[in-house]
Amino acid sequence: MAMKSQIWIMRDYANCSGCRLCEVVCSLVHEGKIWPEASRIRVFKFVPGVEFPHFCSQCDDYPCVAACPVKALSVNESTGAVIVDESKCIMCGKCIDACPGRIPHKHPAKNHVVICDLCGGYPKCVEICQKAKYNALWIVRRDDVNKQTKLYARTPKKISDELVIRLYGEFGRRFL
Amino acid sequence: MIGGYCGKILEVNLSKSKIHVADANEDVLRHYVGGRGLATKILWDRLGSRWSKVDPLSPENLLIVATGPLTGFYPGGRICISGKSPQSNGIIGSTVGGEAGIDLKCAGYDAIVIEGASKDPVYLWIKDDEVEIRDASKYWGLDGKDTVVKLTKDAVDYLNSKYRRFGEWKDPSILYIGPAGERLCRVAVVMEKWTHAAGYGGYGAVMGSKKLKAIVIKGSGPLPEIHNPIKFHNLLYMAYDECIRRDGMRRWGTGSGGYSVGAMQSSEPVKNWQEEWHDERSFGVDEFERRVWIKRYWGDYGCPTTCLKIALVKCGPYAGSLTDNPDYELQAYLGTNLGIFTPEENVYVASIIDDLGICGINGGNVLGFAAELYQRGILTKEDLGGLDLSWGNAKAFGELAKMIAYRIGIGDILAEGTYRAALKLGKMKGVDLLPYAVQVKGVAVGAHGIRSRMDYPTPIAYACSVQGGDHTSVARLPIDSNGGEIVRIMCDSAVVCIFNFFPNPSLMWEFYEAVTGIKINPHDWCYSDGLRILYIQRAALLLGGPDFYWDPKVHDDNPLRFYEPLPTGPYKGQAADRSEVENLKKQYYEAVGWDEYGIPRSDKLRELGLEDVDLALEEVRKRLKHS
Repeated sequence: MAMKSQIWIMRDYANCSGCRLCEVVCSLVHEGKIWPEASRIRVFKFVPGVEFPHFCSQCDDYPCVAACPVKALSVNESTGAVIVDESKCIMCGKCIDACPGRIPHKHPAKNHVVICDLCGGYPKCVEICQKAKYNALWIVRRDDVNKQTKLYARTPKKISDELVIRLYGEFGRRFL
Repeated sequence: MIGGYCGKILEVNLSKSKIHVADANEDVLRHYVGGRGLATKILWDRLGSRWSKVDPLSPENLLIVATGPLTGFYPGGRICISGKSPQSNGIIGSTVGGEAGIDLKCAGYDAIVIEGASKDPVYLWIKDDEVEIRDASKYWGLDGKDTVVKLTKDAVDYLNSKYRRFGEWKDPSILYIGPAGERLCRVAVVMEKWTHAAGYGGYGAVMGSKKLKAIVIKGSGPLPEIHNPIKFHNLLYMAYDECIRRDGMRRWGTGSGGYSVGAMQSSEPVKNWQEEWHDERSFGVDEFERRVWIKRYWGDYGCPTTCLKIALVKCGPYAGSLTDNPDYELQAYLGTNLGIFTPEENVYVASIIDDLGICGINGGNVLGFAAELYQRGILTKEDLGGLDLSWGNAKAFGELAKMIAYRIGIGDILAEGTYRAALKLGKMKGVDLLPYAVQVKGVAVGAHGIRSRMDYPTPIAYACSVQGGDHTSVARLPIDSNGGEIVRIMCDSAVVCIFNFFPNPSLMWEFYEAVTGIKINPHDWCYSDGLRILYIQRAALLLGGPDFYWDPKVHDDNPLRFYEPLPTGPYKGQAADRSEVENLKKQYYEAVGWDEYGIPRSDKLRELGLEDVDLALEEVRKRLKHS
């Protein structure tokens, strides 16, 4: 019998309503309180109307894990998520620089980075996005998208600039 | 501190360039909650003794930006803007959707109180405890869209360079004014995210009078601790369920009203309220969706309803016009009320209004007022700087809106809002123009007529409201009804979005208990703390000044237009009835504890501990009883 595939969170930015329910539930799960800046999934909005979620896309080669000088980052074998050992992290920022999307960010109150851990395989952000029928996030088999996932690791600025044109077309140029 | 509050209030004096963080008074929060209630209390404490002498556009006035205990907790993010209103001369709690409320609480403050005025254009920068008054000369004069985009970019660049090791910084929340606010137009609004406005009250002008272009807020902390996290969690998911199942509201927002309120309920302003009925199907639910909506669901922080949409006109003479839905109010006021019946033209006018920072309701009202004067030959093309202000001429309405914002020609008079413009133009032309001014106490009435009785069934809804024509805060009997003003005071004070409150009104009170630990019985609220806030707002309204003083005998009334029979539609011939209105007014005064002159009674005020309000009202009693 083939091994069960890891999951991956497929994302369609154009469906994002900017409601940030994903941030609310993510921070409730990981911090026990509503804390937008501590959420592992963060919704950016450089231009109104162009909101999109920004979170780990589990690159096949995990450059963040390789860049960590103190081995604070590891990959969970069953989910494929990057796990942060908060006690080891020295907040040097090397993982942020190594990430093609500059996705990891510092916990706003503690001295370690935060990265999406896929909620152990049952991501709450996806659950609420589906419940609310936005379909900006949904779960797929990682086997089906492998090697492509890294393409989703882009900086917020790049994603935003592209979406501005997608949404507003020629009229969006003035907002870049 | 009580659960749900940060316990800190940011005090800013722009004249002295001083910033100070004050502790919030727990007792005040217990009774005045936050948002509209807290703003009312602060305004009264500081300005109450000389209320009628305070010019709303002078440095003396306060601009208050207040969250409530449920901001960030109850689904849907809003924040309340208040001060002495340059429209009503009273207090209006004007809420606006967005992320500013959540950001402010995450930065550690429940409210901002701004006094004084800067000499040069400034903006207020708040990043947690880094609070600064910064130069805004490079943003002054920019339209709404550029203001947001440029301030966002500069703020994110600053955060990324100063707090480099954090990783990528998200955008801050921005409350700002457009060119109309900069020029102190009384129809100017405080805006957020291009299209969201704290509309009623005219607080854009107050912000402009302080030379304050924007308030930029980035909070990185969590929302404050709450009383019962487990109960809160359960309630949160219940509220999600309630909101998510409302598919009609979610898909069309209030925009579906553009057809249903007009064609079915017959209570939509058409041509400055000369009619309230139309059968124009292009304002139905589907045509906006097909023709102009480029984003179907657009929401504010934590909102499972996302009733907003984004509209863009892609081709034709109005190409590039960009706004939200428009929602029902703006379909009505910037559409039917101006004789405009196509989505593209509606979006065009709304887009201009947004960019200028004018209120869609008060601005649309004064545009309609001007167009009716043109129809009647009272205003001529020469008066209007050559504009042909015929019904439906969207380009002309767009141009007139610009003249208002920049105070060019007749725009300088119309910028004062419908009531003041009617008096001024009436004097100039030697005609009584108040019959064409569809407003109550200086505030344009919301786009919900009372003549058909199918929409807002109470003929005193606006007449007896302490917020004038504000359609979200209307007088209703019995006074503890969910649609009535005192329950809405709780919505605006806890600061929850009424569209997420409607599906299950009891949830708000349960949320309040789970978050703060304070149990309120809604009925008791309406006879104690809620009533107290209403009394202070009423007192401030009656004290008024310095340019106008209201007399309840005259001004606790509908716009005169509502007494003219509806000329068309299924409810043709219906109108407000003078004797019924008088009768209801009497009943309402009695129920809320106001005397025959409409003044809160001494014994009632003292029962609620408002001795100072009672004393201040002596001035009003003298004026009204001797008139």
